Amino acid sequence: MSQAALEANQPRIGAHPGRLGNALFGGSAWIFAILVLVLLAGVMISLISGAWPAFQHFGVSFIWTEVWNPNRARYGALAPLYGTVVSSVIAMVIGVPISLGIAIFLTELCPTYLRRPISTAVELLAAVPSIIYGMWGLFALVPLMQKYIEPAIIGSLGNIPLIGDLFQGPPYGIGLFTAGLILSAMVLPYMVSIMRDVFETVPPQLRESAYGLGATTWEVIGSVVLPYSRVGVIGAFMLALGRALGETMAVTFVVGNSYHIMKSILAPGATISSSLANEFAEADGLQLSSLLAEGFLLFVLTFTVIGMARLMLLRLQRKYG
Amino acid sequence: MANSASATASVRSSNAIVRSRLRKNAIIRALSIAATVAGLSLLAWILGDLLFKGFSTLSVSLFTMDTPPPGSAGGLANAIIGSLLITGIGILIATPIGILAGTFLIEYGRGSTLAEVIRFVNDMLVSAPSIIIGLFVYQVIVAPMHHFSAWAGAIALGIIALPIIVRTTQDMLQLVPDALREAAYALGAPKWRVIVVVSYRAAFQGMLTGVLLAIARISGETAPLLFTALSNPGRTTDMSSPMASLPVVIYNFAGSPYADWQNLAWAGALLITFSVLTLNIIARSFAPKTRN
Repeated sequence: MSQAALEANQPRIGAHPGRLGNALFGGSAWIFAILVLVLLAGVMISLISGAWPAFQHFGVSFIWTEVWNPNRARYGALAPLYGTVVSSVIAMVIGVPISLGIAIFLTELCPTYLRRPISTAVELLAAVPSIIYGMWGLFALVPLMQKYIEPAIIGSLGNIPLIGDLFQGPPYGIGLFTAGLILSAMVLPYMVSIMRDVFETVPPQLRESAYGLGATTWEVIGSVVLPYSRVGVIGAFMLALGRALGETMAVTFVVGNSYHIMKSILAPGATISSSLANEFAEADGLQLSSLLAEGFLLFVLTFTVIGMARLMLLRLQRKYG
Repeated sequence: MANSASATASVRSSNAIVRSRLRKNAIIRALSIAATVAGLSLLAWILGDLLFKGFSTLSVSLFTMDTPPPGSAGGLANAIIGSLLITGIGILIATPIGILAGTFLIEYGRGSTLAEVIRFVNDMLVSAPSIIIGLFVYQVIVAPMHHFSAWAGAIALGIIALPIIVRTTQDMLQLVPDALREAAYALGAPKWRVIVVVSYRAAFQGMLTGVLLAIARISGETAPLLFTALSNPGRTTDMSSPMASLPVVIYNFAGSPYADWQNLAWAGALLITFSVLTLNIIARSFAPKTRN
């Protein structure tokens, strides 16, 4: 080997090998990580700037005004805000007990050989795109609701004093209740998979000692597992609530798109996301700004709920690794 | 006598307590089994409906003809091409950015406040409603340029995929043992080489799973495309014009009163659901067996 080649193979003293590579690689990693923060700030700023004309024109009362009239250029967010909250609450009322049941089944009752296939099936339910839920809701669920389920509800619950008003009127099929029902199916898998993970943080010693004292499965769940994993379970519910509040396509098909607040939860309504999906692409001027203002309200609502949920789950993670 | 009577009574009452405890337990068991059966039947119902209504509309013309005006024959070719382009470019944008950002969180910033904050914000973005991302991209790209474009759609989908990729990259790099990294450092490798040659190689399968799951997630997204890529009745590969995509075509056609449009929507729904589910199952098979 020649002397020159040997010298080329020697590391030069004083030069740090890979310094340039380190700077480039580390620098771009830092920039892209910061980009995640910039993204959140950008979303907030762009929504505020877009919503500004609407808030300037209507004032803060935009939030609690129940009117949506493109012909007279009068807009208020109350009806969609109401629909968003009500459909999500319905979704939680239906979805929470069912998801709790599935999570209990998977962690406590299920034979080991069935655990993996059933978990996978539930997770596939989360993978089905939301537009498919919407379409299936419109063609499969709405006719069923109109013919059988809603008449039965109106006939039974509709006659109870005080809460009866919530369940009256003609069976439209579409409406806030149907939207909530589909939402409950959509958020179910999220709740199940987080709850299953959270239940598994319960130390086996605690569970086994309760069984050893002669506790039944339900007593172990009610007195040991749930109290121990309370924070995580509530976090799972709130994360699902955040999803339900912002869900668009599944709701848009079946909610009815009416900007009047009705007493009955079976009546058609609108959610913020459904009004955005229906009107945004064709809107301009004040209507566009009002829609962006709705979007801003949705942003505040969902990010508050999701943020709280994440804080709870983070606390749990810190505590139990 | 009194003694034995009270003993029998206490046995009887304790039997009653045991019975009621067992009864309660049986009810809860039955309810949780019923909930599981309900969840599984729901999946079967949706997939069954899709197969039943979508399968009969599957044909070769679906992949060769474009979306028709109502009343004439057609297919979904322009929407399929559009979906592939928008999703593909979206994931090409998100993957390098997401992997590098996830790398920063574990390899550079581990334990720092900045990394903790970014991680928290990223977790929030994972669950953020996709329609809000659509509004953001509209405000930042569509409104200043005064027209809808497939670029805007691809960027919107990229922003939705980004936090998913950051999250999985971060989770997978965290599983790489430090001893591996230290061994590479001891050989004199610079940090970036250690990350690329050791950490990435060890975490490769998990990171691939993340990217595949992100593709599955964004290929069914509809809401953000409504304000960005919009739709287009014709076939185009021009990213600066509005472009049709399967989800938006399904949305427009399913809500229409025309039977042939509704049939095309079912066919599209079948295509997209089964590709998304297949992707998910493939992604899961790549996932490392250890759970974090």
